[in-house]
Amino acid sequence: MSNTDYVLAVEDLTVSFDGFKAIDNLTLYVDRGELRVIIGPNGAGKTTLLDLICGRTKASGGSIKFKNEEMTDLAEHAIVRAGIGRKFQTPSIYENLSVWKNLEVSFPRGRGVFGALAFRCTDDVKDRIQEVATEIGLAGQLELEAGLLSHGQKQWLEIGMLLMQDPELLMLDEPIAGMSVRERELTAELLGRICQNRSMIVIEHDMDFVKRIAHKVTVMHQGKILAEGAMEKVQADPRVIDVYLGH
Amino acid sequence: MTKLRHWLGTSDLAGIALLALLVFVVMPLSTDIFRLNLIGKYLTYAFVAVGLVMLWGYGGILSLGQGVFFGLGGYCMAMFLKLEASDPISTKIQSTPGIPDFMDWNQITALPTWWEPFRHLPFAILALLVIPTLLAFIVGFAMFKRRVGGVYFAIITQAVALILTVLIIGQQGYTGGVNGMTDLKTMLGWDIRTDSARYILYFVNAILLFAAIFACRAIQKSKLGTLMLAMRDKEDRVRFSGYDVANFKVFVFCLAAMLCGIGGAMFSLQVGFMSPSFVGIVPSIEMVIFAAVGGRMSLVGAVFGTLLVNFGKTYFSESFPQLWLFLMAALFIGVVMAFPNGLAGLFEDYVKPWLLRTRAKQPDVPPAEPVVEETTRSVASRTGDSVEPLPAPTAGRLGPAVA
Repeated sequence: MSNTDYVLAVEDLTVSFDGFKAIDNLTLYVDRGELRVIIGPNGAGKTTLLDLICGRTKASGGSIKFKNEEMTDLAEHAIVRAGIGRKFQTPSIYENLSVWKNLEVSFPRGRGVFGALAFRCTDDVKDRIQEVATEIGLAGQLELEAGLLSHGQKQWLEIGMLLMQDPELLMLDEPIAGMSVRERELTAELLGRICQNRSMIVIEHDMDFVKRIAHKVTVMHQGKILAEGAMEKVQADPRVIDVYLGH
Repeated sequence: MTKLRHWLGTSDLAGIALLALLVFVVMPLSTDIFRLNLIGKYLTYAFVAVGLVMLWGYGGILSLGQGVFFGLGGYCMAMFLKLEASDPISTKIQSTPGIPDFMDWNQITALPTWWEPFRHLPFAILALLVIPTLLAFIVGFAMFKRRVGGVYFAIITQAVALILTVLIIGQQGYTGGVNGMTDLKTMLGWDIRTDSARYILYFVNAILLFAAIFACRAIQKSKLGTLMLAMRDKEDRVRFSGYDVANFKVFVFCLAAMLCGIGGAMFSLQVGFMSPSFVGIVPSIEMVIFAAVGGRMSLVGAVFGTLLVNFGKTYFSESFPQLWLFLMAALFIGVVMAFPNGLAGLFEDYVKPWLLRTRAKQPDVPPAEPVVEETTRSVASRTGDSVEPLPAPTAGRLGPAVA
């Protein structure tokens, strides 16, 4: 595969589960600083695509290059260390730990066994935790047990945990699912702020939200890309209307 | 003192102080050396229980084969002691003097080469630490890197326990077989069977046990401890935060194994023999029960649990020998179903609130604290940790009530 300027270059990616091709010869490029939204009906392979990029699922064929480095053979933790962060669909936080501890544990230092033993929460870590907590609007809840947060706050906390790692590519799987209108607005603002110096891939169903945040939209259907481009262009595409948006 | 209290958290400090009082003062003063030696034996099992708190409570990994590591540590020490007890003069009636008696009975005429290094105490001590750890590393690495966990891991550890038992019993010319290694007499010429030696060994054992508790506490307080709790809760989130989860599991498995090894060695020294009956599946499960009864999240609780179950075992097996196994099973099921956090959980849930209430009735106490702190405490008690940025107000408040 050729080297590119893209932060993420997915080329000819295929994965099949018992003969069923969940991702079928898919090619996708994401620019630096771009916020890409992936939409599509259920079972289109959106989450599977994120699973493949972050190494949770192994590809049957094709390549995934992050900053021109092949990711398909790396272990999950190595992909994260390369700079790809991923948020899961259901909020995945440590419910029994405080918000502070959730963020502290996500700080990218002391990632080995003995590094973790020697890790001290120094001032730069504390500053970073405060900074991220302010960003995600949880600065007042640092001492609270994370399990007691509201659903929306849990989603933000997980985004905050990813921000602690300062990834160059951030992938969010349905970040506003189950959020109130107000929370959706705040999340849109948050995403707008945090995509300043990084690329993002967001899976979302809410069209108003997508319109608000997306730089570019990719529509997936049956493991393939159906359409790609600006929101208006995609919305006007008859094939997209047919399989996803409805008449 | 305040610093120590802050570091440990108050309920921990109270528990450790109580245990220290019991182990270092009450028991040596109130019992004769025979009973104290028995307690010393129980306290060697406590090493296993403390290791299980780290492995099972914190790491969420249930091993049903900790006896393997206890046994390996015990055998390493027993081999050294056995060689010292088998000098040519005291074994001159054997057909080959100078080798352990069980080798002579099995028609072995020369000491096997791999036994030779065990003539030296430093080697034996090194071996009792390294061999269990190394075996844990190999088993752990093979399992955790393949993401084997839960019940499957427990079954594998059982298999290891069974294999080692069969191996030891089968190779009786080299291991003493089902009888184990008996008649251990001296360590570097020091008779370990005298009363004074038993007192000294009891205290050495107790000091080592407290050192182990403090070391484990330090690990729990470190980022590694937090990560272990995080892994138990959401393993994938930890993995996708850039951590190689398997390495942490291997580490805690090795740590637990090394603690078992120390316990086993102290067992050989205090009890004067080592046999396969401390290696197999049944003793391994018993050791899990010690930790479960004491509370698998509490290092000190696990020691209390070990003592309690063993006192019970001694008492009941003297009075109702047939009933003991059933009682033990009932105890395990009862504890797991009714008090999943064991004795320590009972203390946290009932005794501590009661202490707080009693204290709240006294006039010199500051007024009730805001709700936020209530939630802080629930975090702290569950993670066993005072939350960082607050200067642990809970610690200061509960302090005098339990001190």
